[in-house]
Amino acid sequence: MAQDEHTIVKEGVEKETVDAVKSLGDKYKYGWETDIEMDYAPKGLTEDIVRLISQKNEEPEWMTEWRLNAYRRWLQMEEPDWAMVDYPEIDFQDQYYYARPKSMETKPKSLDEVDPKLLATYEKLGIPLKEQMILAGVEGAGEVPADGDNSDRKVAVDAVFDSVSVGTTFQKELKEAGVIFCSISEAIREHPELVKKYLGSVVPPTDNFYATLNSAVFSDGSFVYIPPGVRCPMELSTYFRINAENTGQFERTLIIADREAYVSYLEGCTAPQRDIAQLHAAVVEIVILDDAEVKYSTVQNWYPGDENGKGGIYNFVTKRADCRGDRSKVMWTQVETGSAVTWKYPSCVLRGDESQGEFYSIAITNNMQQADTGTKMTHLGKNTRSRIVSKGISAGRSNNTYRGLVSMHPKATNSRNYTQCDSLLIGDQCGAHTVPYIEVKNQSSRVEHEATTSKVDDDQMFYCRQRGMDEEEAVALIVNGFAKEVLQALPMEFAMEAQQLVAISLEGSVG
Amino acid sequence: MLKIDNLHVKLEEEDKQILKGVTLEVPAGEVHAIMGPNGSGKSTLSYVLSGRDGYEVTEGSAMLGDIDLLELEPEERAAAGMFLAFQYPVEIPGVGNMTFLRTAVNAQRKARGQEEMSAADFLKFVRAKAKDLKIDADMLKRPVNVGFSGGEKKRNEILQMAMLEPKMCILDETDSGLDVDAMKLVSDGVNALRDENRGFLVITHYQRLLDHIVPDVVHIMAGGRIVKSGGPELALEVEKNGYADLMETA
Ligand SMILES: Nc1ncnc2c1ncn2[C@@H]1O[C@H](COP(=O)(O)OP(=O)(O)OP(=O)(O)O)[C@@H](O)[C@H]1O
Ligand SMILES: [Mg+2]
Repeated sequence: MAQDEHTIVKEGVEKETVDAVKSLGDKYKYGWETDIEMDYAPKGLTEDIVRLISQKNEEPEWMTEWRLNAYRRWLQMEEPDWAMVDYPEIDFQDQYYYARPKSMETKPKSLDEVDPKLLATYEKLGIPLKEQMILAGVEGAGEVPADGDNSDRKVAVDAVFDSVSVGTTFQKELKEAGVIFCSISEAIREHPELVKKYLGSVVPPTDNFYATLNSAVFSDGSFVYIPPGVRCPMELSTYFRINAENTGQFERTLIIADREAYVSYLEGCTAPQRDIAQLHAAVVEIVILDDAEVKYSTVQNWYPGDENGKGGIYNFVTKRADCRGDRSKVMWTQVETGSAVTWKYPSCVLRGDESQGEFYSIAITNNMQQADTGTKMTHLGKNTRSRIVSKGISAGRSNNTYRGLVSMHPKATNSRNYTQCDSLLIGDQCGAHTVPYIEVKNQSSRVEHEATTSKVDDDQMFYCRQRGMDEEEAVALIVNGFAKEVLQALPMEFAMEAQQLVAISLEGSVG
Repeated sequence: MLKIDNLHVKLEEEDKQILKGVTLEVPAGEVHAIMGPNGSGKSTLSYVLSGRDGYEVTEGSAMLGDIDLLELEPEERAAAGMFLAFQYPVEIPGVGNMTFLRTAVNAQRKARGQEEMSAADFLKFVRAKAKDLKIDADMLKRPVNVGFSGGEKKRNEILQMAMLEPKMCILDETDSGLDVDAMKLVSDGVNALRDENRGFLVITHYQRLLDHIVPDVVHIMAGGRIVKSGGPELALEVEKNGYADLMETA
């Protein structure tokens, strides 16, 4: 019975969120900007800019050299063009590579010292930077009676505003557990041995055009280290906010789960509504040792541009987890609703024997948005398992591509992959594409792929409307149902936010 | 309550006339039954009244009280009190039955300018109604109609009706596929809702249902028209002799 109560409250919450959405007038509710004085590095990219970023972060010499090597390499690389996305050429010299609120010049020692304007920004975004108990991450949810199950959940937040980390909550409690959770710039200064050992070990500085660019100019991001045997006592999260104009955001996240460690990590992002497209090229590296497990969830809600495709974020992200240890496990869950252009393939390298990789994805495109996203499962170890569940939803004149690679190497004997790719179309001007690549180089492994494409069903729509829902409510409900399997993979408070986002992203897609 | 006058309906996509002048009035507080051969237009009438796409009204009118139904979107008709228990209830994968119900209830409340029902009140409400219909907690959690047996789907329709408390209820062959006990449950559910402010239009092929839900008037529909109306005894006549005689007299 208790089980039943819980589910019902959860069900009730879904309803709250759908309604919260209905009451929102604006299509993109995070489109406002914070008026705050900024320090910029000069526009454009040169060795001097790379040095300057390194210097601003008070980095040691080895780090500066690491960046410069990446920069020199980048100069020789070409932007990839194989993805099914189409965007005007990016002028990499017409961007700022470093922007920092003036008030952050001397690092605040604690959250109390942070510029109130910055704190207010996060408050307005619904991101708790105060160390408080968090009932739920979204508004509206507060009205739902707590069921005891989630009422004492804590989430530690690292907030990144343009190029710098503003502050990280719950530092003390985490420290007691032995967990290191701080900005990457702080980690470079305070934990150089860990950073030296792992940075670039999953995504090498030469990996691809955007990752190499990121290696040269990354400004900040989060660093997580969970020591052996430790189960991180709370969820960790990073919240990225692009505020400055014409500024590329290049965060770098490095997560290390030592033997038998466990952590669940959430990433969220928004940006103001602007006519000019902005570049975002992040790198996330995850290292997972023997018997450890990492869950990484993203709700990506960058500004998608307007109905005509003007503005928005160009999101070119490299995310990879290296299941280095035996029986290690990673789970990627992503809800991609924002950005004008998304180019993103969170990947798993299943190196350890019996390691497991899972990828759950919802990608929604509306209006003129383009998403080319998917995953790469590289099976290297014996008895490795991977599972891919991708739900693509296209509306308006958007294009949505799933691109996946499952690769079973000769030594990855007895390995399994299961892939399920479902596409849902709303209207008849959008496109959905599925591009699966499969390579199996041993006899004992098996790969299964299933794909479906469907339209939002008229009978379902009529049924919902006969019961009193308007068209947008009905579509949101049906789409949330379609994406259920992925939503369920998200932590509770993200699941609610995600449901809400699904509805917002689809506004104007019917009728 | 429901007043249909000389309603002519054709398919939107093709030149096919389905309703050829239906005239029918269900006063508040009454239960009317419609019987008639397969393909005579019974479901079409229920769809047109509730606003499904694909039909074109070429003549006539349909009013719910003083509201012109034909002017409204389906969800507006629902909020005005129109309810259709579907002949073939629709499956919605991934959407919990409870979520669906709560979204519907609150959507209608909002449309009528009422406050939304709190999660706790809703829970109490739905549990009570579900219990009456012997719908267990598991069925409330499962996705809407997915994997429900034929009879479970029909009971679920009645649950929705009980939750939404509509003014005008159209039941399209809700008795088809029900076992004897379920028939009793569904009938009790309908009878419990009978009151002087509510009207029912019960489409059925079997007199049996009308033993449980005793109608005030029985209409026979054939070839897109009401060809005969009478008391409950008309249903018995159909049961015994079929439609042939009635159609001749029409
Ligand atoms: N969308 C459609 N396309 C083609 N024919 C249609 C359509 N909708 C209804 N019809 C036709 O209209 C007629 C009436 O159909 P309707 O479903 O209303 O009958 P009914 O009286 O409910 O029958 P039953 O007792 O079998 O449920 C039938 O001949 C049916 O084939
Ligand atoms: Mg019918």
